[in-house]
Amino acid sequence: MDWNSLVANSFHAAFGVNAIAYAIAAIGLNIHFGYTGLLNFGQAGFLAVGAYGTAISIVHFDVPYFLAALIGMSMAVLLALLLGLPTLRLRADYLAVATIAAAEIVRLVIGSTVYARWTGGSSGFSGAFSNAFYNANPLPNETLHFGPVSVTPNRAWFMIVGWSLVAVIALLVWLLVRSPWGRILKGIREDEDAVRSLGKNVFARKMQALIIGGVIGSIAGIALVTGERAVLPNVFGTQLTFFFWTLLLLGGVARVLGPVLGAVILWLVFAVTESILRSGASAGWVPEALVSQSQIGLIRVMLVGLGLMLLMIFRPQGIVGDRRELAFDVR
Amino acid sequence: MSADAAPGPAPSTARRLHDVPTVPGAPKPDPILVADKVSRRFGGLTAVDVDHIEIQRGVITALIGPNGAGKTTLFNLLTGFDRADTGSWTFEGTPLAGKPAYRVAHAGMVRTFQLTKALSRLPVIENMRLGATGQRGESLWRAMLPFTWRAQEAAITERADELLHRFKLHALRDDFAGSLSGGQRKLLEMARALMSEPTMVMLDEPMAGVNPALTQSLLGHVKDLREQGMTVLFVEHDMDMVHDIADWVIVMAQGSVVAEGPPDVVMADPVVIDAYLGVHHDAPATEAEERQQLAEVESRLEKEFSSPDDDSEAAEPALGARDEH
Ligand SMILES: Nc1ncnc2c1ncn2[C@@H]1O[C@H](COP(=O)(O)OP(=O)(O)O)[C@@H](O)[C@H]1O
Ligand SMILES: [Mg+2]
Repeated sequence: MDWNSLVANSFHAAFGVNAIAYAIAAIGLNIHFGYTGLLNFGQAGFLAVGAYGTAISIVHFDVPYFLAALIGMSMAVLLALLLGLPTLRLRADYLAVATIAAAEIVRLVIGSTVYARWTGGSSGFSGAFSNAFYNANPLPNETLHFGPVSVTPNRAWFMIVGWSLVAVIALLVWLLVRSPWGRILKGIREDEDAVRSLGKNVFARKMQALIIGGVIGSIAGIALVTGERAVLPNVFGTQLTFFFWTLLLLGGVARVLGPVLGAVILWLVFAVTESILRSGASAGWVPEALVSQSQIGLIRVMLVGLGLMLLMIFRPQGIVGDRRELAFDVR
Repeated sequence: MSADAAPGPAPSTARRLHDVPTVPGAPKPDPILVADKVSRRFGGLTAVDVDHIEIQRGVITALIGPNGAGKTTLFNLLTGFDRADTGSWTFEGTPLAGKPAYRVAHAGMVRTFQLTKALSRLPVIENMRLGATGQRGESLWRAMLPFTWRAQEAAITERADELLHRFKLHALRDDFAGSLSGGQRKLLEMARALMSEPTMVMLDEPMAGVNPALTQSLLGHVKDLREQGMTVLFVEHDMDMVHDIADWVIVMAQGSVVAEGPPDVVMADPVVIDAYLGVHHDAPATEAEERQQLAEVESRLEKEFSSPDDDSEAAEPALGARDEH
């Protein structure tokens, strides 16, 4: 077993691009589901419009990176309005269905050949759109080494910016959810008619929550493609949304740090299981006939699924959740 | 029998109801709520069809009627939780028809629900704080700047604690509302409604499913509201309680107002008896017979009112069943 590569892989998985982007996306989802009770099964759609809004602005219109990111985020505002205006006055399940459909429509449109002139079709954009971000890197141009872990300057720059972003967003969410505004959201989650009877404009608050969570999702999308230095439509499939749900439940719903912890642990588990399976396979412990090298990626997802099932059985509130909250039937 | 026999009504307002004729839709000397031609149909069923109704300011009005009479639907319409097919109504002179529920609450008319709506995963004190209106920190931008709302929050908390003491819920202040008993939830819902400092309180079966020990305290709180100058409209099944606290009673049957008057008058009204029992009684021949018949019917009425809903469960889920463990 190669312990050095295990440590290095684990570090990059737990603190790398994916963990950052997934953490941010799930913070947005936590606003929707954890605090407001909105069922958003299309968070990937918000990531997609953020990523494409940014990349298209840069590639086709030469917009500066930061301004382009703002454009990407305003696309998420539009998507939230489009989803929320017709559904937020209806029962919760209408939003759920609309979000699934909208996210798939977004993914199919950006990947279609019809708009390929703008979106690059199924091959998307290469990394050039993110040059401005990496050109702004103030770090010395040499790879950093911490024991077995080595980090390139670009990667280090992204991680610094990325985790700062996670911290700032988490702080804002923390401020919001402990305010009277956040109290209305939690009230809506429990029973929106009760909140209405107390003179609160429930529709407006739900709309605000949908927009804020969606914009945070779009930031995650921008972070993801900037970190990966590629924009591909198929990244934004339904499975992405379900990973966000998984890690949110894993970390703990309606806790500010739940999604952050969930993202780190999810990717850590991915990296560790993959390392163990791969070294096991190359050492001959895992017979090739049973599991081929190419199937290892799938096996680790199965293991994560199994782990989540065990967690739901033995710690249903997630890692930092409050068990008492599960004690009563909310409806 | 007269309205004077009913114990406890605020003398001035109750006396003013003295001259009000006991007919459906009777005009009141000082109405706070006036509704006209309010109707609501569900498919072929006319749930509410009220021609005219007035609620007197500063007194306790009971809304009674058999299950399915349309009392809850009327509440929903008046408070903006359901949309009326026809009709208009004013609250303190302001037209409210078609206004969303939160605006109705802002106007000062706040309601509770037949099926209690405690916000389970919020602590009792947070339930209370949510009830306060005009909170600065409810704006998204100010929410992020705690110094803009902290002072107000402290004042709200103080008021909430006071109310919790009054409703004897203070020991449960930091518990999740979901852990309260059914009766305690009813109390919490009422206390929470009062946080908005309403002028009129509409209570949909506040006593349903509450154990007898808490009932007295709930009754006391309802009377308190009147002492504090609020107008109360409440739905109740138990005739003893209606007798005990109501200054005026409005009877609904099959969507319409069929009778109104002081409790004693209404309970003796053959139309009301018909509405509840669905049978027509022969006109009494002698006075003695009339008295006997009345006594008979009254005792049957009381039984009907105070027995737990049995054949009515289809229209309204049983509250009693899930409460008070
Ligand atoms: N949402 C609804 N859809 C269809 N029928 C309804 C609905 N709400 C109430 N009803 C019907 O309207 C009638 C009046 O109901 P309700 O107002 O709850 O009566 P009450 O509160 O006086 O017992 C009942 O026949 C009930 O079944
Ligand atoms: Mg009812």
